[in-house]
Formats: sequence, C-alpha cells, structure tokens
Amino acid sequence: MTETLDYWSMLYVFVLAAFIGLGVIRRVSRLLHTPLMSITNAISGIAVIGSIIVTGGDFPREIRIMGAIALFASMTNIVSGFLITDRMLKMFKTDRKPKADTRS
Amino acid sequence: MSNAIVQLSYLIATVLFIFALHWMNAPATARRGVFAGAGAMLIAILVTWAQPEVVHHGWIIGAIAAGVLVGVPLSLVPLTAVPQRTALSHAFGGLAAGLVGTAKYYLWFAEGPAHLTTFRMVAIIVEIILGYLTFTGSLMAAGKLQEVKWIPQRPVTYPFQNVVNIGLLVLAGVVGAALTLNPTAAWAPGLFPVVILLALLFGVLLIIPIGGADMPTVIAILNSYAGLAAVAMGFVLDNKLLITAGALDGASGLILAIIMCKAMNRSFLNVLFGAFGQTQPVKAGGDGKVYKAETIEGGAQVLEQASLVVIVPGYGMAVAQAQHKVRELYDQLKKRGATVKFAIHPVAGRMPGHMNVLLAEADIPYDKLYEMDEINSEFAQADVALVIGANDVTNPAARHDQSSPIYGMPILNVDHARTVMVIKRGMSPGFAGIDNELYYMDKTLMLFGDAKVFLSDIVKELAAVRA
Repeated sequence: MTETLDYWSMLYVFVLAAFIGLGVIRRVSRLLHTPLMSITNAISGIAVIGSIIVTGGDFPREIRIMGAIALFASMTNIVSGFLITDRMLKMFKTDRKPKADTRS
Repeated sequence: MSNAIVQLSYLIATVLFIFALHWMNAPATARRGVFAGAGAMLIAILVTWAQPEVVHHGWIIGAIAAGVLVGVPLSLVPLTAVPQRTALSHAFGGLAAGLVGTAKYYLWFAEGPAHLTTFRMVAIIVEIILGYLTFTGSLMAAGKLQEVKWIPQRPVTYPFQNVVNIGLLVLAGVVGAALTLNPTAAWAPGLFPVVILLALLFGVLLIIPIGGADMPTVIAILNSYAGLAAVAMGFVLDNKLLITAGALDGASGLILAIIMCKAMNRSFLNVLFGAFGQTQPVKAGGDGKVYKAETIEGGAQVLEQASLVVIVPGYGMAVAQAQHKVRELYDQLKKRGATVKFAIHPVAGRMPGHMNVLLAEADIPYDKLYEMDEINSEFAQADVALVIGANDVTNPAARHDQSSPIYGMPILNVDHARTVMVIKRGMSPGFAGIDNELYYMDKTLMLFGDAKVFLSDIVKELAAVRA
C-alpha cells in the first residue's frame, strides 16, 4: 500500500519537474541553444547515481561490469558537457569597450 | 549517512540544476549556470558514493578516471564538431540508462520475485527500450554528422520502411509486456535480451532514412529521449533526483525539437518518417536561367556604398573556416560607418543555436546576432544582404512554390534587400538538394570562390579604397 503511494509521488515529481523544465527552457536565449544542449548533456550524466550504486554494490561481477561501463559513459558526459559548455559561453561577448572612436 | 541527509542533498542538487538552466536565459549569467550545474553534480556523486551499500571503491575510481580521460578531449573538439559530440553524448546517456536497467533487472530476478513489481517492470522496459534505441540512434546520428564513410549521408529508404520500423517497436513493446506480466518466469531472463536487441536495431533503422538537413531536429529529439531514459531510471531506482534531472533534460530536448520543426515547417512525425532530402527536385525555374557573376572588385564597390549590411551566414561559412574573415569584414565595414547585422535562421548550422556559437568564436559581438523574426522586417532597408554559405534558408521558393520540398518553411527575407550578394563555391545545390531561385534574381550578384579567400580579398579591397 505504501509502495503504491510512493509510485504516485514519483509520477507527480516527474510531471511537475517536466513543467518546470518547459517553463525554464522556454526562456533560454536562442543565442545559447547549443550551450543549452551541452549543459543538458552534462545534467543527463545524473545517471551516475544509478551507475555508482550498480558498480560499487556487492553484486556479481557481470552486473558490476555493466555498472562500470554506465559509470564511464555518464562521467564522460558530465566532464565533457560542463567543460565544453563553459568553453562556448566564454566566447560570447558584447561589443568590446568602445575603442577610442575618432568621430569628430 | 542518514537518509535525511541524502534526500536533502538530492533536493539541493535539484534546485541547483533548475537554476543552472534558468541562468542560461542570458549570456551574462550563463556561466554561473555551469558552476551551479557542476556543483549539483558533485554533490550528487559524493552523496551517492558515500552510501553504505557502495563497497567496491576501486571499480568506481577506475570508471570515473576513464570517464575523465575521455571527457576532457571530447570537450576540446572544434566548434564545427559540436553536433557530433552532442550526439555522442546522447549515445552515452542512452547506454548508461540501458545498462543500469539491464543490471537492475537481473539483480532483482536473482534476489527474488518480490522485487519485480509491475511498476518496476514497466519502468525497466521503458528505460531499456529508450536507452538502447537512443544509444544506437545517436551513434548513427553522430556518424552521419561526422561523415563517417560507411554510414550513408543521404537518406536510405526501402519499401514499407515505416511499417517495418513501427512493427519493430511494437514487437519490442509486446515482448516487454510479456516480461512485465511474467517477470519471474523461467524464460524471462532469456527473453529480456530480445527487447534489448530490438531496441538497438530500432535505433539504427530510425536514423537511416533521415537526411542531413533534419539532423538539428533529430539531435534535439534524441536529447529528449536520453532525458526520458534517465527519468525511467529514476522510477526504477526510486530516485527523485534522477526523475527531476531527467525531466529537465527531456523538456529541453522537446522544446528545441519543436523550435526546429517550426523553423522548417515540418511536424515531428514528418521528420522521423518523412525521409526528407532524398528526392532530387527540378531546378528552380527550369534550365537556361541566368545568374550574374561578380568580381571581387565589384563586390567590394557595392559593399563600400552600403550603410546597412545584413550578413547571412550558413554552415558553408563554417566549412570554409571563414568566420574570422567575416569578423574582419565586419570590422572593416564598421570602420566605414556602416551598420552590420547578422541574420541567424533557427536551423543555421547543424544543431540548434550552432551558428551563434561559431560566430561568437570569431569574436563577433552577440548583440549583433539577430534571430529571424527580429531581422526579417529589416531586409527591406538593407543596402546589401551578404549570403555566405547559406542556401535553403534564403530560398524564396519556400514562400510561393508549392512543389518545392521546402514550401512553407520560414525563410530569411534576403530577397527584399536592395542588392543580394551570394558567396558560394559553385552552383551546386545545398544540403537538402534543392536549387535556389534567389541566385537567378536581377539584383543578385554571385561571387564564386572559397569564402575564406574571397572575404580576405574583399577586406583588402575595402581597406585599399579607404586609404
């Protein structure tokens, strides 16, 4: 009975999070859609949580191998995702400080 | 570590992820978002690692180290390769979800039938189908974008393709349903890999018929799938952080896909099942159409007179590595007192927002980059619209030619400018394989040559005129 309730709360969390996501993402600057995609790549690396538990638990070897591959894949996403997002964002600049304009 | 602390940490991570995306709404705050996101991820990793059931630390350290070793070089790819990197990242996300789902199923099967409740089975089946199809589908997409030789660039179609594809997915669903109803049957562990294989196959077949022009949309859709696979993992593991982070990811992919679809006047289903760009359409206005070729000197003269120049960059500019020359041209024109604006079509480049990043790399100020809706009314005032390596997004046929494959697609009103200058390697059709009637208009000057060489010559010419 309590388990049933918990499933419902998970579904609530999912639906609410999806709406928050839609609301937040809709306001992301179009200039930044590529960095947005790479930062969500990094965030999808949240699969590390499951991967760590499967890799590090006291389970049969084959199970942990699957976990380790998943952990490797997630970690790659996290590292490359955040680093490349930051690398791209650093490139976005406004007009440099108005240089000594020779306008008379 | 007590459960309360774990849950509180996950909650904090969730909030930080939301802020990370929120701060992406403006370039000025966006980098803060990266730190928030990375901080949240660090919290999530450390808290999970500290759980008492995690005992094999060596394995974890090894896998994390390998991830860092591969991740760092992947973050340093040239910006033209960012779409491939992104697709590869979706593949990794899908793979991780698929493997964790698979592992959990076999673990619970071994531990006893009480664990394999109907809810969990449904979640596992959804997780592995989404995960594995995202894995192979994204690998295919990455291969197409990287132009790997043995992956066909042009859409591959065969009779009853959609029937076969949908049939495969339905079959995977049916087998999955059978497993859900009998998760502990003796044959279940043997049947489980069948679902995996079907999902892997479906991923490949889903991407094979999709052409290059649709890649931006497809990447966005795969992004969404990768997020939803993480959500399903959250249901399997009863973990709300996975659910929220996955939902944010899924929402992002969905919105980007919708924007891309609108920008091409296509529907989701049409992108996935339409096999766009495989037909070889007839030439605009038939043969015998004439165009005006212009020289460097002539081009420079036209630019010299202009007071408002709108530059329309396309992926061809990036292929020619001409961004920095564009920047020099921008400087030169600005010095001459001209106003220069950049018109960015939503599908310019090979992924959502790609062109903005390519221009930002060349130090072009982002406040000079205008999206289609902002700039379209200004073309009428522009003295020169300079098209560099863009094609389909400037084709007026999209407005009136009902037989054109791009009919109805919103385009940049380049043809409204007083003079149109097109820098192009030759008269070959674009990515989507469609001829462009813009090139045959009276006010259009065609400048044939390598964009990089051409632009640097024009910049030199302009500088000479000035002196």
